[in-house]
Amino acid sequence: MMFNAPETQKMNANVAPVSIPDPASVALPKTFQTVRTPDPEPRQVRVHAKDVSVFYGPKQALFDVSIDIPEKAVTAFIGPSGCGKSTFLRCLNRMNDTIEGARVSGTIQLDGEDLYDPKLDVVELRARIGMVFQKPNPFPKTIFENVAYGPRIHGLATSKTDLEQIVVESLQKASLFNEVKDRLHEVGTGLSGGQQQRLCIARAIAVSPEVILMDEPCSALDPIATAKIEELIDELRANYTIVIVTHSMQQAARVSQRTAFFHLGILVEEGPTEMMFTSPAEKRTQDYITGRFG
Amino acid sequence: MTVSAVSSPKSSAAASSPNRSRIQASLKRRRGAETRFRFYGIASVTIAIGFVLFLFGTILHDGVPAFWQPVVKVDVTFDPAVIKVEPKPVQQPDQSPAAFQRANLDWQRKVSLLNWNRIVENSVRAEAPDIQMTPRDIQAMISQNERYRLRNMFIENPDLLGKTVPVELLASANVDVWLKGDIDRSIASDRQQLPEAARTLADRFYEDGRIRMAFASVLFTNTDSRNAPAEAGLLGAFIGSLYMMIIVIVLAVPVGVASAIYLEEFAPKNRLTDLIEVNINNLAAVPSIVFGLLGAAVFINYFHLPLSAPLAGGLVLSLMTLPTVIIATRAALRAVPPSLRQAALGLGASRTQTVFHHVLPVTYPGILTATIIGVAQAIGETAPLLLIGMNAFVTSLPVSPLDQSTALPVQIFLWEGNENRNYFEPKTAAAIIILLTVMLALNAIAIVLRSRFERRA
Repeated sequence: MMFNAPETQKMNANVAPVSIPDPASVALPKTFQTVRTPDPEPRQVRVHAKDVSVFYGPKQALFDVSIDIPEKAVTAFIGPSGCGKSTFLRCLNRMNDTIEGARVSGTIQLDGEDLYDPKLDVVELRARIGMVFQKPNPFPKTIFENVAYGPRIHGLATSKTDLEQIVVESLQKASLFNEVKDRLHEVGTGLSGGQQQRLCIARAIAVSPEVILMDEPCSALDPIATAKIEELIDELRANYTIVIVTHSMQQAARVSQRTAFFHLGILVEEGPTEMMFTSPAEKRTQDYITGRFG
Repeated sequence: MTVSAVSSPKSSAAASSPNRSRIQASLKRRRGAETRFRFYGIASVTIAIGFVLFLFGTILHDGVPAFWQPVVKVDVTFDPAVIKVEPKPVQQPDQSPAAFQRANLDWQRKVSLLNWNRIVENSVRAEAPDIQMTPRDIQAMISQNERYRLRNMFIENPDLLGKTVPVELLASANVDVWLKGDIDRSIASDRQQLPEAARTLADRFYEDGRIRMAFASVLFTNTDSRNAPAEAGLLGAFIGSLYMMIIVIVLAVPVGVASAIYLEEFAPKNRLTDLIEVNINNLAAVPSIVFGLLGAAVFINYFHLPLSAPLAGGLVLSLMTLPTVIIATRAALRAVPPSLRQAALGLGASRTQTVFHHVLPVTYPGILTATIIGVAQAIGETAPLLLIGMNAFVTSLPVSPLDQSTALPVQIFLWEGNENRNYFEPKTAAAIIILLTVMLALNAIAIVLRSRFERRA
């Protein structure tokens, strides 16, 4: 009854602890189960989430999500609007803390360290797990100041030249430097949408985070700017662990190595991107990817 | 399938024509409603502008003439027969500075005791020898304090003794009223403010140019005066208002902005903060006279601050301005897009850093405008000041905020109630013009600063 399709035999019990038919999970409705497919060659796990539920006041937005996010790879969260993918992303750097009435249960670990440990400093955590938002949101300050702000508050630069170097390197990594090198001291909000979003990525990179979370980073951009950002994400993968939420199936297919499909607050299926888009195990995944709903 | 395909265009055509006529009918109605609404809008704007123009027109019409007042040009003879005094002492080689000082003061006192009224009288009489005038007639023409001016001229320059110099003496308030037509010339002579001889003389002098209308600089250089209404000015009230403005800026603005930041950004949302918020909103609606009562009870009766002092007034006005500043600052903070906060928090900025590095700078224009509007409102306030004794008649300049003083709007209130109605009515209007100019200047500063901050952001 629990494993409904023959494809689920691929499922590996080791990476899918919730799927072990213990008495507790047997009591759960079928929809709470996540179908998991491991990577052909296993990657190092960076972020480990187990039974994460999120409540906004009395309303539950996320139901017992468990997932492992691999290092130096792009993991894409897909799913229809309101399915909880952004909510889950915000759990990973505790941005939900800033929302009135939001409550998170379950465990999330970064390299085995509990992110919801009351002793943990959120400020330090957010320096380790950076975030890029849906709408480009540069500070209304100069381009230089935008990138320099993070290193400055975290005390990453010891001297002025040091700081300048960090800014230049970050802009280069975000492939924005050539476009803005002559106007570093102009206001960041004067750039085009795509440039602004790359500036936000540069700003996130400048504090050398271990994980970068991107919440629909291209939804406000035109196709050309989108292509540039996607290219950039692909380059950044070599050094960073990236989690991206996207509404565009093509984007998920293009940039990610692993894909997780959320529906109605439940993590329905997760697996290697190629497999998810060619032969998904779950019917709901299939339906969503082929555009039958969502 | 075919049947329906054939029949459907027919039926839709049949259905569309009544629909179309219905739409057309409703179109006419809608256009009518739009036209009417536009007319109402234009009409109300016209009425509003009409009222404003009428208000300003009346004030300007009444007040502008008060910026000019008559001065009498006469040849003043420092007659040795009247000024019987030894020469001004000079420093002797064997005299100590203290002794010289004493001699000098002694001489000045003697000069003060001389009959300076006679000097004024003689100089006016010499201008029109043919008119019979009593000393009282002449005193009624020239402002009371002009004799002290002549005295001071002499003290400063004793060489004037025996010389004749042209001087412009300020005409009295009654001459001003007579010449400007603020009194009915047809009423009986015994009910006129000026004696007959003075009226004749004033008219003659005005015709031959010995009386001219000079800019009334006394408005800006003198304090209030009762014995010489022609010399009453606004300087004392202006300084009083200035002190209060400084106190409001120093107290209400930092306290208000800090409370707003705390309540909006840091305070937990619970019953207590809800209660505080409701109360702040209510405070903004409390009539200002109630703040005056509070000030009288707390600052005067309990803390024994001096009565009529700008310090007490400034404190009362600060209390009154606080809710305005808090509400406006909170509104400005609330208007900051959440994306900016998220950007800073997502980078690992702490809450305080987020507020002070990113949120607050974008709200500066809003806070600034709110502050200046609050301050302008405060300095235009009269009612609370009446209750803490700031409607006293004060002729000295307040040297510190602890001295007795009035304020600009209170001075307007006092002048409006002055018994010398026909003279003080234009003067009140002039004071209103000055107060409005101060307000406009403050608002202009707000606009300039705001646009400058906005350009930077």
